[in-house]
Amino acid sequence: MDDFYKGYILEHYREPHNFGTLEGATATFEDLNPLCGDRIRFDLKVNAEGIVEDVRFSGRGCAISQASASMLTDTIKGMHVEAVAKMDKQVVLDNVGIGISPARMKCATLGLKVARSAALGEIAGWPEEDTP
Amino acid sequence: MTATVRPDAVQERILRDFPILHKPTSRGKRLVYLDSAATSQKPQAVIDALVKYYSEYNANIHRGVYEIAELATTAFEEARGKIARFINAAEDAEVIWTRNSTEAINLVSFTWGVQNLRRGDAIVTTQVEHHSNLVPWQLLAERTGAELRFIPVDAQGVHVLDDLDRLLDGAKLLALSHVSNTLGTIAPLDMLTKRAHAAGARVLVDAAQSVPHMPVDVQKLDVDFMAVSGHKMLGPTGIGFLYGKRALLEAMPPFLTGGDMIKRVEYTHTEYNELPWKFEAGTSNVADAIGLGVAVDYLRELGMDWVRAHDIALTAYALERLAELERRGLVVYGPLPAENRAGVISFNLGDVHAHDVASILDTDGVCVRAGHHCTMPLMEKMGWPATARASFYVYNTEADVDALIASLHKAADIFKLK
Repeated sequence: MDDFYKGYILEHYREPHNFGTLEGATATFEDLNPLCGDRIRFDLKVNAEGIVEDVRFSGRGCAISQASASMLTDTIKGMHVEAVAKMDKQVVLDNVGIGISPARMKCATLGLKVARSAALGEIAGWPEEDTP
Repeated sequence: MTATVRPDAVQERILRDFPILHKPTSRGKRLVYLDSAATSQKPQAVIDALVKYYSEYNANIHRGVYEIAELATTAFEEARGKIARFINAAEDAEVIWTRNSTEAINLVSFTWGVQNLRRGDAIVTTQVEHHSNLVPWQLLAERTGAELRFIPVDAQGVHVLDDLDRLLDGAKLLALSHVSNTLGTIAPLDMLTKRAHAAGARVLVDAAQSVPHMPVDVQKLDVDFMAVSGHKMLGPTGIGFLYGKRALLEAMPPFLTGGDMIKRVEYTHTEYNELPWKFEAGTSNVADAIGLGVAVDYLRELGMDWVRAHDIALTAYALERLAELERRGLVVYGPLPAENRAGVISFNLGDVHAHDVASILDTDGVCVRAGHHCTMPLMEKMGWPATARASFYVYNTEADVDALIASLHKAADIFKLK
């Protein structure tokens, strides 16, 4: 983890992408990592075709959790919400691009967990006949 | 700035006694262990005592009539006696073995608490408590209908006692930590115990952070119950104890039940054992109790006045060196000066999250805690998402503080703090 703090991670930490909350969000989810008190919320705006049109995240936490959430917002914008719900943690690890120790894995994947939950919430809210 | 002093002869001998401090990290760094408030390292004498028990006289206690069973029983009960003398209990039987201070607190909550608290009674605690001295009382309040009240603390984490009379009015129990694990605040226990007793309340002290670090005399303090963990005082994990005044322990129902805590069992009735065994159901943690006895020997040899003075000196030195980092955004929390706190320093470095600080320090072999330190309500009250925490013990030196400072400068560089 000596390459822990690559420049782009610090950039995302100090100036996160898509930070804030979303007016007219169709799905929102928030969770925290009780180990460190990191807290992340995702707001999704999903259109009739199931595409994530817009996304915001908010919260506080370490550079790893904030940067990985910030990068994730770029990833999921334009994705189908069902694909978001099925995302693997490898997506986050590829985004972050550095070795994550077991102790920091919860930090790195908190945003993913929240984004997936928001996506699942969105799908659960669809009328029965629309659910594949 | 105070010049770094080379460890003196005492400190050099202590360093030699802790094998883990001589094992380099995977990055080839010297281990700089600054997390003794979480758990302490163990001297060779304690490790040897465990090996000796298991390899020379491992046997179940209180029953066997053969030689090694008697040896084990004697060593186990001698360890209890060492604890009793260490805290100046009136008698050995007032020391009950538990797994840790958490279990000791739960023992009191589930027995004395359920027996004595009623709707309309109050349980008084403080805003700095570790979850281990908060959650059991929340549960007890829920179960009995008692009210839970909090002695507030100020921005430095110092107890605010203006409203104490009102808080203690109708209280049956004052349960508080002697030393805060997050801020190092030392509670004015003497005065609080007197006031609580005057109000008709019993006093339980969570002494997990004080008994390892300063002289504690339960008779002088006149506390009713005291909970301690062995692993924070050079002893093994999985062993701790509850101190309780005999009259209270006698009147309490048992906690866990089964073997060893009985005198006579019939199919439908049981006569309980005498103190302290009434509260020690099942086979006890023999090896670790013996190990804790040896840890206490080690601390007594150093002298608890020396241990406390060492903590203060190191904390004062650390506070002075940390002040160098103030211009880079470092903020220290908790009471000042060093004499007013235990060897615990919580801090934050600029906008760098405590987890990131701890991860960078780790690459230099410097072990500090990061997070909420099991005091989530306190963190919420103070408005800190997390803090980093360095804590000291007998084996720490000024060189360890220097390593901490150098590594914090590195973290500030990485995060481009001016």
